[in-house]
Amino acid sequence: MYEGIVQELIDELGRLPGIGPKSAQRIAFHILQTETFDVRRLAEVLLEVREKVRFCTICGNVSEQETCSICRDPRRSHTTICVVEEAKDVVAIERTREFRGLYHVLGGAISPIDGIGPDDLRIRELMQRLGDGTVTEVIIATDPNLEGEATATYLTRLLVQPNLRVSRLASGLPVGGDLEYADEVTLGRAFEGRRTVEA
Amino acid sequence: MPLYRDEAVVLRTHKLGEADRIVTMLSRQHGKIRAVAKGVRRTASKFGARLEPFMVADVQLYEGRSLDIITQAESLASYGADISADYGCYTAASAMVETADKITDDDGSLQQYLLLVGALRSLARREHGPSVTLDSYLLRSLSIAGWAPSFVDCAVTGEPGPHTYFVPQLGGVVADSVAPPGAARLDPATVSLLGALLSGDWTTVDTASDLSRNQASGVVAAYTQFHLERGLRSLQHVDRRA
Repeated sequence: MYEGIVQELIDELGRLPGIGPKSAQRIAFHILQTETFDVRRLAEVLLEVREKVRFCTICGNVSEQETCSICRDPRRSHTTICVVEEAKDVVAIERTREFRGLYHVLGGAISPIDGIGPDDLRIRELMQRLGDGTVTEVIIATDPNLEGEATATYLTRLLVQPNLRVSRLASGLPVGGDLEYADEVTLGRAFEGRRTVEA
Repeated sequence: MPLYRDEAVVLRTHKLGEADRIVTMLSRQHGKIRAVAKGVRRTASKFGARLEPFMVADVQLYEGRSLDIITQAESLASYGADISADYGCYTAASAMVETADKITDDDGSLQQYLLLVGALRSLARREHGPSVTLDSYLLRSLSIAGWAPSFVDCAVTGEPGPHTYFVPQLGGVVADSVAPPGAARLDPATVSLLGALLSGDWTTVDTASDLSRNQASGVVAAYTQFHLERGLRSLQHVDRRA
């Protein structure tokens, strides 16, 4: 145990996700010992992020304004919505530069064992967005794990509407990997989702 | 025993650090195991898909100080994809694994392991409705744990049945003479269905009316919640329409 404020700093850092007591101690001493470290700037950014950043009222993505830059962008297609679990998934998909539509962030996945049901996610908001008939395709991009698949199943059942195409992200082999090292579940999915090659 | 191997069904997982998971499993010989699976959240993970809930795997573990570490996993049965393809099955399976998590400990119970694997297999193959499969699992799991309900003879006096008053606190149906005021009175068909769910008489279960099934589900939920003391979070999310 350190004295006073140093221990307080270690305790506060240790409350952050993924940071254990040892890491907290290392970060605390880095802040204390490194002269070049701008503590004031870090403190300002932390305060600013809490004050300025909020969730987009349309899609649920993080934003500094009432709506996020993607929802405000007139060049993006308003007929396609990609449904993701978390705001960080939006960044991952944006990095691909393959998708030019809008997003909808659910805020998690259905997990009864954790007490999270459909009513705890932003599913009602998604249905409201689909109400005016502008959207013609919904791409479900929940995580390829059990909770993500179950959430996709639930959404698929809910999204059966005329003139609405519902698709799910393909899953299978990672690019650059060797087939022999793929596990049977992933390889099975790759077979299931195989596509016809046109000459 | 620094390194050991066992068959196990994955009950649940928790995120740990950057890319690891803590996996809670019910094993055939070692009871409930909590172990760290390193790097399984990365898409390039070689055994991440084998350690998803509802998977049965042959796992090799290294004994750690507080948590064991999974070094290898080979898939024995993969029920996750079939179960998650049906929302009713998914919610029922979630309630099953939560019950198994709460009812078992480190000592191990082969019967609990076999019962859970059998129930998950039945759900994945759609042998019966998810709701009745769950109810049957809950009654049998509680019975193995020592809380077998009585659906024929009086749970207090042993007087031969049939009886229709059901009191979870007294352990099942009770005779009219010992039923406390306000005790729930069940339809005789529901009592018969409950007995069938406990014994695995699937012919009776599959032909039961919706009314009896709904009433039986309520009774099973009340009985389970009473004996497990801490409520099952997933039970309120079970899709009984399925």
